[in-house]
Amino acid sequence: MKRDIIIAGVGGQGVLSISTIIAASALKEGLHVKQAEVHGMAQRGGAVVSDLRLSDSPIHSSTIPRGCADVILSMEPLESLRYLEYLSPEGLVVASESPVINISDYPELESVLAAIKNLPRSVLVDADGLARKAGSPRASNMVMVGAVSGSLPLRQDTLESFITEAFAGKGEKMVQTNIDAFRAGRALSN
Amino acid sequence: MTAVPAKQVSNEKVLLGDEAVATGALDAGISAAYSYPGTPATEIAEYLVRHAKKHGRPHASWTTNEKTAYEEALGASMVGRRALVSMKHVGLNVAADPFMNSAIIAINGGLVVAVADDPGMHSSQNEQDTRYFADFAHTICLEPATQQQAYDMTREGFDLSERFQVPVVIRLVTRLAHSRAVVQVKPPRPENDLRKAPDPSKWILLPGNARKGWQALLDRLPDIREYTETCVHNVLTLNADDRTLGVITTGTARNYFLECAGQLKTMPSHLHVGAYPLPVQKIRKLLDHVERVLVIEEGYPLLEGQLRGLLPEIKPIAGKLSGELPLAGELNTDLVRKALGLSERTATVLTTLPLPGRPPQLCSGCPHQDSFKALKDVLKGFDHSLVSADIGCYTLGALPPYEAIESCVCMGASVGLAKGAAEAGFHPAVAVIGDSTFLHSGVTPLMDAVAADANMTLLILDNGTVGMTGGQPTMLSSSGIEKLVLGTGVKPEHFKVIEAHPKKTEQMAEVIRKEIDHRGLSVIIMVRECLETARRSKKKVAS
Ligand code: SF4
Repeated sequence: MKRDIIIAGVGGQGVLSISTIIAASALKEGLHVKQAEVHGMAQRGGAVVSDLRLSDSPIHSSTIPRGCADVILSMEPLESLRYLEYLSPEGLVVASESPVINISDYPELESVLAAIKNLPRSVLVDADGLARKAGSPRASNMVMVGAVSGSLPLRQDTLESFITEAFAGKGEKMVQTNIDAFRAGRALSN
Repeated sequence: MTAVPAKQVSNEKVLLGDEAVATGALDAGISAAYSYPGTPATEIAEYLVRHAKKHGRPHASWTTNEKTAYEEALGASMVGRRALVSMKHVGLNVAADPFMNSAIIAINGGLVVAVADDPGMHSSQNEQDTRYFADFAHTICLEPATQQQAYDMTREGFDLSERFQVPVVIRLVTRLAHSRAVVQVKPPRPENDLRKAPDPSKWILLPGNARKGWQALLDRLPDIREYTETCVHNVLTLNADDRTLGVITTGTARNYFLECAGQLKTMPSHLHVGAYPLPVQKIRKLLDHVERVLVIEEGYPLLEGQLRGLLPEIKPIAGKLSGELPLAGELNTDLVRKALGLSERTATVLTTLPLPGRPPQLCSGCPHQDSFKALKDVLKGFDHSLVSADIGCYTLGALPPYEAIESCVCMGASVGLAKGAAEAGFHPAVAVIGDSTFLHSGVTPLMDAVAADANMTLLILDNGTVGMTGGQPTMLSSSGIEKLVLGTGVKPEHFKVIEAHPKKTEQMAEVIRKEIDHRGLSVIIMVRECLETARRSKKKVAS
């Protein structure tokens, strides 16, 4: 059993927090984990990606080879398309439908969403809307964790315990908001 | 899948490669750690600085540049304590002087220099390979392939440094520095007692002593080679049943090879190199056993080049020099697959849509935006102009919509470049540098410019932080920088300090215009705190 997950987004969207919560949950459940991150220059509003590899046997490379990713999880629609060459032919794309338009040549949003819908297996998520309903637009990354969770070999309570841990420092309300966001996303994945 | 219950052992930690180096150094009993921030090495010192804030010891601090970091670590070694110095690859160019000479002085307390290379140039100006530097200095280089090795090798590096009296290099690459995995840690070792280097003449590199030190190092090399020949980091596995192919991997290249090896019909004989100088005997053994060899190394073809030598090849060698693997950029599993003759994997292709790039950009509201706007407004009034710049967030001013700067070469180069251009007859010559880069390497060329009263204008963008690498502190406050600049002899009437603010760009432009018109050296400091750093310090106050 292995799950190769590419987590994509734009600097500042919380890609690393997603990666960290899934990685911690996988370790807790006894899996091998390798997680590659992007630090430094690229974090300034540029394209950001984290490769997360989970397996029940040892993992060698921290990056995912071409055509091997089981899932691309993207905080942004255009960014979900950037790493398609890494997606396996049976792979799944789970993408937020809210664009971050900070470049002048961003394509027509409709054509970006259409390209995602045209993929063999894809899910578009109204992450911003669901996060707002849960209490904070900033919780959209937890909506995305929820939305992908059905495709991960991880238990809901494990993931929720690490979400709780990640936001504990910000108060109970913040924890509840993020848990609600996660559950709203998870409802889509079931 | 059956989930095994989590192992609740406290000696397991999930660490970035950088953090594994830091943890290895802590457990090796270091007394001090020094560093200048630089991707992908920053997180080594970040970890140690955080640790020092929490626990008091060992001492860990940021420094003005890599050279001062190295020398401070050397001071700790001189009095018998263990010290770690960490930096990005190009930082070692800055610290090359103390590094090269420290190989000759007979290191006292263990000294480990952790250098993170950036193949693929994710966040750098070049992809130089630090293994050459270690070779140049005739010292030991350990090259981890995993986070676990990053921990183990750093720990062992201190023992080796004391045993062979040389600084030991730990060479990391971005993919290891910035990826996380589980690391098993061992019980920590206490710090060394204070014990000044017994023979001070070894540390006084007067020619007479230096000759002895150099010879002593050369005399130690056979022992060092004996170590790398027999150590656990250089592993030779011969396949008795198959003599066709031998594979040599170094450092993280092993990971990519192992990803593919399972799909080969037979497992080739394999030598993995994680410790340098190269284990020549093991390499010979492998070559004697196989018909041809493939060399896979992350970085420059160091091993491959030595293997080929100058004389005709004894056996066919494949690698970067023969084109089986690319010379430039980072390795990955797919490139190694191809070099091993495995077929390419099918990938999903996007045909319907052109995919625009999304380069990094300045934060919206960043003070640099105001400085660039003011500068561009002024330069519109000239037929031609030169804006040399430097390394930091403001390097992004090269990209649209600003396109305000014309150079980024190395730390501090903007100042000397503008002076040289001015003295070649070019006007206006403007240098743009951030406060931290100015302190790192801009002060010395400023003294040149003062001495010559060069006809140039220096803009110091003072945001009170090392912004690009995540907001580490600078060594001097804004007022300290002002005093420093004036102290070099910049004329007070051509020294201006102005706030970088969106409402003040006209005033800023006015000041820049006036100072460009002055035939001689002017220095203008544009001040406003980096937004990210301001946000972080607010958070700290609140919590
Ligand atoms: S991190 Fe600071 S200096 Fe860098 S772009 Fe953002 S505001 Fe500007």
